[in-house]
Amino acid sequence: MGKTLFEKIWESHVVVEKQNNPTLIYIDRHLVHEVTSPQAFDGLRQNNRKVRRPDLTIATMDHNVPTTDRSLPILDQTSSVQIKTLEKNCKDFGIKLFDIDSPNQGIVHVIGPQLGITLPGTTIVCGDSHTSTHGAFGALALGIGTSDVEHVLASQTMWLEKPKPFEIRVEGKRKNPHAVTAKDIVLSIIKNIGTGGGTGTVIEYRGEGITDLSMEQRMTICNMSIEAGARAGLIAPDEKTFEYLRNREYTPKNYESLVDSWKGHLKTDRDAKFEKEFILHIDDIAPQVSWGTNPGMTCDVTDSVPSPDEFSNGDPNQKRGAEKALDYMALEPGTLIEDIKIDRVFIGSCTNARLEDLIEASKVIKGQKISSHVKAMVVPGSQMVKKQAEAMGLDKIFINANFEWRESGCSMCLGMNPDILSPGERCASTSNRNFEGRQGTGGRTHLVSPVMAAAAAIHGHFVDVRKLDLS
Amino acid sequence: MESFKKVISIVTPLDKVNVDTDQIVPKQFLKLVQKSGFGKFLFFNWRYDEQENEKPDFVLNNPNYGNSQILVAGDNFGCGSSREHAVWALLDYGFSVIIAPSFADIFFSNCFKNGVLPITLDQKLVEKLLRETGVIEVDLENQTIKTPSDEISFEIDSYQKKILLEGLDDISLTFQYEDKILEFEKQSKVPSVL
Repeated sequence: MGKTLFEKIWESHVVVEKQNNPTLIYIDRHLVHEVTSPQAFDGLRQNNRKVRRPDLTIATMDHNVPTTDRSLPILDQTSSVQIKTLEKNCKDFGIKLFDIDSPNQGIVHVIGPQLGITLPGTTIVCGDSHTSTHGAFGALALGIGTSDVEHVLASQTMWLEKPKPFEIRVEGKRKNPHAVTAKDIVLSIIKNIGTGGGTGTVIEYRGEGITDLSMEQRMTICNMSIEAGARAGLIAPDEKTFEYLRNREYTPKNYESLVDSWKGHLKTDRDAKFEKEFILHIDDIAPQVSWGTNPGMTCDVTDSVPSPDEFSNGDPNQKRGAEKALDYMALEPGTLIEDIKIDRVFIGSCTNARLEDLIEASKVIKGQKISSHVKAMVVPGSQMVKKQAEAMGLDKIFINANFEWRESGCSMCLGMNPDILSPGERCASTSNRNFEGRQGTGGRTHLVSPVMAAAAAIHGHFVDVRKLDLS
Repeated sequence: MESFKKVISIVTPLDKVNVDTDQIVPKQFLKLVQKSGFGKFLFFNWRYDEQENEKPDFVLNNPNYGNSQILVAGDNFGCGSSREHAVWALLDYGFSVIIAPSFADIFFSNCFKNGVLPITLDQKLVEKLLRETGVIEVDLENQTIKTPSDEISFEIDSYQKKILLEGLDDISLTFQYEDKILEFEKQSKVPSVL
């Protein structure tokens, strides 16, 4: 029987396999950031262990860096300590660090691909659940906890129960691909399969609706695999993948011979079997807006807020979850999504802060001003994205519309830095999680695409971007 | 890591589905660089109001559950962020057993690295435990939960069970396979980053 792409990558990384045991797999790339690593480095010190393969490890600070002027000192002392701790750890253990002043600094999942560090067919880990992003390049990319960060630092391996392969086929063509984006595809998937729908699996996204996407759009899809509970999400590499990684700063010297070895091999065989399947038809899907407190609580922009009964399909636990979510979000069932007024707009995060995202959002903004009651900000995913956007004049478009144009980092996706919502504030956000308090205690998050966020900033409420001219 | 012993305690019922790790430890408490002391931040936004007064209707603020070591919750417990701080907070607060119909993968794996036992049970049994007011006994060795009226058996991976019972450090275990790791590295064609 044939093998899935996931199984091929898995099998080529097995170090130790025993019956009734997890498998020891080798890790090709380890990405490190300031929040989930300090305790791991401490563990190494306590046990007199070193980093086994500093040459396969890179670090950057992204989670709690300020996005304001980088020449100013960091006011939050605890953030400052965490950032300095990463600097010291990288120095002590010989790890390459893209520090706060580096032109390569940025969200770890944005810079990995941009620098050519992410490669097809490899295993990649990071102490961050959105590591699944790198799956867009046909890598097996896993988010891990701090104990596993320590384990990988020490041994370049980790123990893992083999997940099951899950096929998600995205069929058809979007009628208006500028208005209905990769974000809308992945939110539609999560809405359908639920936030636990992918638990214990590695999703492979397939079909015309996926191969049509650019690499940056594919990253948006794989990024949110974790929001469906999946261990990872991946997409078979193709010419777009190989082209994207060509001539990047850290693209391997023998890249073309690697490409030859990947071609024809890094794909799911015709007769391979998946343990689970789901098909999404995208011809007629609408822009998506989350209304609740997890990413599965999402509906079309043309819908109204569902009642707990409608949402729960008779499951009493889901019904109570929806009641609590509506209470937290201060929303009444039956309210049209387009009538929901917003206070803040955040365009950023490892889901949607790449150059294409900013280009698409800028088309909505150009020549307009944001609504007088809205505060809006753009936080590019990396210093490289920022520089490229500025070279295209996008910063001016945003600034002229009264957006704030910031330095790169995770920022208001999780609000570990000063970029947070105040209690009760409602935000249209291009990030990945609408959990209670995620963007600030008491803050209310609606997950949307960059164009939907941009349009909401201009109008002060959600609008169906299919009605706008986005060409 | 300490070896896992029998746990005898009343259960704390947290009757919610999709409890995410942002709720277990909100992000403002992730800036510490050590593993200890996270218990006071456990479920912070559900435990305290804006003035940091205890919210009386939240279960952890009910003094009856003060010494409970067993948390029972709904489906998909621990979803979202990979932050191991969530497990550190549960453990530091006093919970060493978490029972739910299902868990998110990364959280589930993080539990075993810290001596916390996550038990997956059928929805109906979890609902029964959510209503259980008596003392129960969780016996990992025999894979049983004894309630005043019942004895429930549970499944656990034999490797994970051994890790918990013996309090093993899995990095030391891995180092026993040094020859295999070296062998793998010799044949690997993946280039260094630098």
